[in-house]
Parts: sequence; structure tokens; C-alpha cells
Amino acid sequence: MANKIITKDLNLYYGTHHALKDVSIEIKEHCVTGLIGPSGCGKSTFLKTLNRMNDTIPGVRVTGNVLLDDEEVYQNAVDVTQLRKKVGMVFQSPNPFPMSIYDNVAYGLRIHGIKKRIIVDEIVEKSLRGAAIWDEVKDRLKKSALSLSGGQQQRLCIARTLAVQPDVILMDEPTSALDPISTMKIEELMSELKKNYTVVIVTHNMQQAARISDYTAFFLLGELVEYGETSQIFSMPKDKRTEDYITGRFG
Amino acid sequence: MKDHSILRSARTKSAVELVMHILFIVCGLLAVIAVLFISIYMIASGGPAIAKIGVFKFLFGQIWNPEAGQFGILPFILSSIVATALSILIAVPIGVGAAIFLTYMAGKKTGGIFLFIVELLASIPSVVYGLLGAMLVAPMIFKLQTMLSLPQSGSLLSATIVLVIMILPTIISVSASSLQAVPKTYNDASLALGSSKIQSIFKVLLPAAKSGIIAGIVLGVGRAIGETMAVMMVAGNAAMMPTLLGPVRLLTVGISLEWAYSSGLHREALYGIGLVLFVFIMIINIVLNIILKKGGKKA
Amino acid sequence: MIKKTSITEKRKRPLDKLAYFGIFLFAFLVFAMVVLFVVYILYNGIPGLTWEFLTTAPNPIEQTIGILPSIINTGYMILLAILFAVPVGVGGAIYLCEYAKNKRLIRIIEFTTETLSGIPSIIFGVFGYVFFCTLLNLKVSLLSGALTLTIIVLPTIVRTTGEALKAVPNSYREAAQGIGATKWYMIHTVLLPSASRGIITSIILAIGRIVGESAALILVSGGSAMYMPRGNFFEQIMGSGATLSVELYRYAYSRGENGIGFSIAVVLLAISVLLNLLVKLINKKLGTQKAES
Repeated sequence: MANKIITKDLNLYYGTHHALKDVSIEIKEHCVTGLIGPSGCGKSTFLKTLNRMNDTIPGVRVTGNVLLDDEEVYQNAVDVTQLRKKVGMVFQSPNPFPMSIYDNVAYGLRIHGIKKRIIVDEIVEKSLRGAAIWDEVKDRLKKSALSLSGGQQQRLCIARTLAVQPDVILMDEPTSALDPISTMKIEELMSELKKNYTVVIVTHNMQQAARISDYTAFFLLGELVEYGETSQIFSMPKDKRTEDYITGRFG
Repeated sequence: MKDHSILRSARTKSAVELVMHILFIVCGLLAVIAVLFISIYMIASGGPAIAKIGVFKFLFGQIWNPEAGQFGILPFILSSIVATALSILIAVPIGVGAAIFLTYMAGKKTGGIFLFIVELLASIPSVVYGLLGAMLVAPMIFKLQTMLSLPQSGSLLSATIVLVIMILPTIISVSASSLQAVPKTYNDASLALGSSKIQSIFKVLLPAAKSGIIAGIVLGVGRAIGETMAVMMVAGNAAMMPTLLGPVRLLTVGISLEWAYSSGLHREALYGIGLVLFVFIMIINIVLNIILKKGGKKA
Repeated sequence: MIKKTSITEKRKRPLDKLAYFGIFLFAFLVFAMVVLFVVYILYNGIPGLTWEFLTTAPNPIEQTIGILPSIINTGYMILLAILFAVPVGVGGAIYLCEYAKNKRLIRIIEFTTETLSGIPSIIFGVFGYVFFCTLLNLKVSLLSGALTLTIIVLPTIVRTTGEALKAVPNSYREAAQGIGATKWYMIHTVLLPSASRGIITSIILAIGRIVGESAALILVSGGSAMYMPRGNFFEQIMGSGATLSVELYRYAYSRGENGIGFSIAVVLLAISVLLNLLVKLINKKLGTQKAES
């Protein structure tokens, strides 16, 4: 399978703190890649290097390479807005805008210059269907997004991300603030999403990683300890530290 | 000990408690009493003149000539409304722009200095603004008036510019604090969808802070319509219908300008102007209250 | 549909550039304005600002100008208004935060406090004249002015003190009442000391308002400070007199003596800056204290 994102010797510093150390990884297209590891291991930081969301934090410095479709992400010529259009992101806790459900999904289209009503209507519906929430909200598109439940809000945020038609979707512990039923719905959604998108998901929950991801990467103290097919990582890890972690000896 | 100390101390204690409780109630109600008294006395002192002159003649009369017994305050009302509207129109974009700068673009140090400057602007007394207006703003308008072969005088435009300067700090600080209250996650979500910083600010963050900013604008309206000294020193103060480059007398100035030498019906008519101004202000306050309550509910 | 583009295809954003330009321009405008004002005031005001100017009364015979009477009047005004307003303002805040239970009553008090802070000076002037000067027969005097100012600064003190009281952790209250302290004892031994910085801040803000006030005082305290206040304390506060701000207006507007106006403006500006710095200093200390605990 083709590589969608390749990082080479990626290092990241918060001021003097060395948060990512020589991370090299090849993320496969149309797969779900799970990033696991104890909190503070750098998995979320790594995720945010892929769409350069770390740029918004003052004092961050990045060295090494991130290639998206063989194009260097960290070069001056990159327009980060174009990058983030291609590499969408869903956050840890649902963060819909204080607007209507419709406007939330249409937002991404409008900022990228798509304003024709018919087209917007069509993509909004498609995105809401894609995020498996259409049936729940189709009769109240004009209602405030803040009136939805937490699980619905998170699926709305996924729909909002789908609307700009990204290639890659980054998810930063998307179910950690949700109840089990909403979590299950989003996990089911994941296997649908990978047909059209490349999904990279940070999760704190190893069972979740085992259930939904095709590839798994284990991070510890800013290092990528081990990366491989999920079945291999969970059944016969090569590194002792990976084994300790997945057998629950720490973290 | 002959008296049982627990009982006794309980009695004196509860007496002290009671007295303090009553004192605090009185203090707490003072604002209510003050507003009540002000309302009553403004009506009691301003009402009779308006009745004597006639409500319609007073509010819609175009000529103010106390010597001739003519007390029409339409020019004052219109001048106040026009000056307030113009100054809000100019001050809002500047103020909101400066608030955006302060919240999203200034670094910590620049932001600190900028905030200090805004606070200083807010704390300069009216009369100092009047003086600055008379010495800096009015002469520029004089040149404009000469160019258009109009007589040199204080003007609506000068008054508007001074008012813009005076309401800016209110609009900046209220807008900035409502922008700061917008959750950072909105900004993250917007940026992650590929919007630029400016798109994020104008399409998500400003709308999210809308009710706070509107409250700031309404506060600014109250400030502008109530300002007296600074506009008195630059507006020319002739009791004429408002024109941009001509002298105008605002409602507030209508009261203070002739205060010292007025008596009888003339003084009563000034009270009447006070009542009209008071009604304007109370309407603004109620509107402000409604906006704040709505904003509070949403959050 | 969105067409697929490379991430290195920079989008041109003319509107963004315009917005940045506007925002920086407006911010610069505010900044430049303040600098201009301060420089202009200092340039025009400092030459006239002599020791004699500050420490004498005007002398019509020798034709010298001095602002000592208005400085003294301002001092009286601050002293009296603070003396009246602080106890009732702090008391009102205590009632709102510690005693009042009725939601409706709290709402009414808060609404009227907001209303008071929105009423313009000139209205307070008219009310003060009708109520204090005429009805209570206090005449046009410093005392009438101080009473009017008491109402003007009341909302500032209630609000700032109220915020400070709300910031006191509930555990303090519970701890004090847990060891059997009565409510009033708890308030004056625990609550007020913990909120003291807030109360001091409110006093400084109130002083700023008192010093800057002019429109109301012209009506209720009189517009002239030609002479030193005379007689004993009570006779002095029962007499009329202009504060610094009113004096500035009188010189600059009524008599066209702008130079003198600017010299007084320097004094007022210095007071404003000083008070602002004081508030900053107090809140900074408060901040570090919070960080430590």
C-alpha cells in the first residue's frame, strides 16, 4: 500500500523541552493508524506536527522532514491553510462553533470560497451522512450545534472536517470525552472513513487501538518505540517496552 | 461568675449581628434608593416645565430663545442623536480593530503597554479632552470651514471627533474582554479546517463575542450622549439645527451652558432638558440590561 | 467541488491583507493619539507649572495665578466623598455577596447599580442641585459636591469590592464559621482583610473619578476657586469652590486662558497616571500572591 505521510528524523522542541526525538514513520494510505502510549509521550504532539497545528503555540521548533504525498510540509513555500484543508483534524473534546448545525458544516466550504447554495447544501448533507449523523439532525439543521449531545457534537465535528474533503483525518483522542455508546458509533464510523481517507488516531485506550487500527505506533518519552501492523504489535511486540505497555505493566 | 456567660454573650452577639445585618441591608439598598430618588426628582423638577410649555412644543419646537419665552429643544435632541450616532459609527471599527490587535496580535509586552495606554485614555478627565479638542481638533475644522467659506466656529464635527476619542477606551476594553472570553477551542477548530487567522477572527471569534461587543457599543452610546464638558468646549453651542460643520448644542450642554444665569421658567426648562436626557439614558440602560441577560443565557 | 491543489500553492488573500492593515492602522492610531496628547499637554503645560502656581491663590492685584485653592478643594472633595462612599459601598457589596438571598432583590440591586454607573454627570448635577443644595438646604457647597460624588462613585466601589469578596475562597468562610465565629465577626476578621486589596483598588478608582469630575460639580459646588477656603472646617466645606477640573474648565473655556488650562491638565494627567500605576501595582502584587498560594 502506498505511503501517504512519511516523517524522517522529526524532532520537536517546546522551548528547551525536547518533545519528539527522531521520529521516522511511514503512514499508509487508506488505513487507520493508531498512536498509543502513556500521557505525555508525545503522541498528540506528533499528530499536530502533521497539520502544523503546533505552529500556533509560541516557542515551538521543528527539525527533520514531514512529507505529505512526497511534498515537504515544513518548507516556506507551504500554505498552511492548504495543508490543513488536506489534513483535517478532530479534537479531543467536541468543539462545534456556536452556530447552527448547517453553518458548522458549511463553515469550511465558505472559508475555502465555495458559496453556491446548491453545492453547499449537497456537501453538507454528504458530510453529515458520512459522519453518520444525518438522520439525527436532518430536521433541525438550523438549530444551534450546542444543543446536540456530546456524542452528536463530536460526529458533527467529524462531518465538519469531511466537508472540506481532506485526504487525511487526524483524530486526537476523539472519544475520550464521550459515553460508551457514542464511542462505539464513532469507532464504527472509522472503518467506513478509511475507504476514502487516511486516518491517524491518537488514543489512550489500547483496546480501541486494537479494535480499529490497521497499524499501530507506540510512543514513549517522545520516541517512536515500535511501529507495525496492529496484529503484530499486540500479539508479538519486538520491543520489551511495548510489551510492558500493552500488557499493562505501566502507563 | 454570676451571669451565665454563654447566654449573655449570645444575647449581645445576636444584637450586634442584628444591627450589622440591618446596616448592610441599608447599604445594599442605597443604590436602589438613589435610582428611585433620582427618577422621582428628575420627573418632579423637569415635569412641570414640560407641562407648562407643552410636551409637543418642548420636544419638537425648533427655536430655543428663553428671553422670548420660546423653549423648543428639537435642535438639542437631534444634535445629540446625530453626534452620538456619528461618533459610534467611527469609534466602533477603530475600537474593535484595536481590541483584535490587543487580543490576537500584540505580544505580551506590546499588549501590556497598549492596555496601559487604553486605561490612561479612559482615565483622562473630560475637561482635558475638551481642552485638547479646542486646541487640536477645532483648529483643523476651522481650516476646513475657511476653505468652504463658512464661518469659523465650534462644530458638530469637532464634537464628534472628541466623542470618538472619549468612547474608544470603553469599546476597546469591553470588546477585548469579550474576545478573551471566547474559548480557544473555537480558534483551533477553525484553523484546523484551513482558515487563515483573519478568517478565524472575523467568521468565528468575533461572532462568538458578539453580545459582549454590542454591550460595549451600547455603553459607548450612553457615554457619548451623556458627555457634557468636553463637547461644550468644542461644539460652538449655538441652539441651531445640526449641520456637520455648523455649531450645535447637545442636550447635556443645553443644561449646563445657561445654568448659572437661569431662573424661573428658564431654569425649569433646563430641568426639563435633564428629564429628557434622563429618559434617553434609562432606555439605553434597559437595552443594555437585556443584551447582557441574553448574552449570559447563551453562555 | 473543491479541486485538489498542492500544499505549496499559496492562496492569495487580499482581504486578509486589508484586514491586517486596518487592524494595525487602528491600533497605531490609538497609540499615536495618546502619545500626541501627552506630549502636547506637557509641551504646553510645563512652562506655566511653577512652584508659585501650585502653592498660591490667584492675586488679582499683582496679577499672579495660583491653583492652591482648587487643590485644597479637590482634597476636601476626595476626603469627604471617600469618607461617605467607602463605608456604604463596601457595606452594599457585603450585603450583596454575603447576606442577600432573594434572587430578585439581588437582581434589582445589581440593575440599579449598573444604572447608576450609566447615568451621566450632568444628571447627577441636576439631581444634586435639586436634592442636596435646595431640598436639604446645603446650598452650592463642597459638601453638596461630596454627597453628589458619593452617589457617582458608589457603583465603582460596590462592583470592585464585590469582585474582591467573590474571589475570597468559600473555605475561609466555612473555616471561620466552623470554629463558632458569628457572621459579622467572620466578615470583619476574615473577609474584609482578604478583600482589602480590592477595596483599596476601588478607592483609587473612585479618587480618579472624583478628580476628573466637572459637569456635576459646576452645578452643585460652584465654578470658582479665586479664594482660599475660609473659616473652620465646617465653614470651609459649607462654602462653594471649584476643584482642579472645574478650574481648568473655567480658565480654558470661560476665560480663554489655555496656557493655564494646560498647566492644570499636566497636574490632572500626573494624577491619572499615578492612580493607574497604583492600581497596576496592587493587582500585580495580588497576582503574585495568588500564584504563590
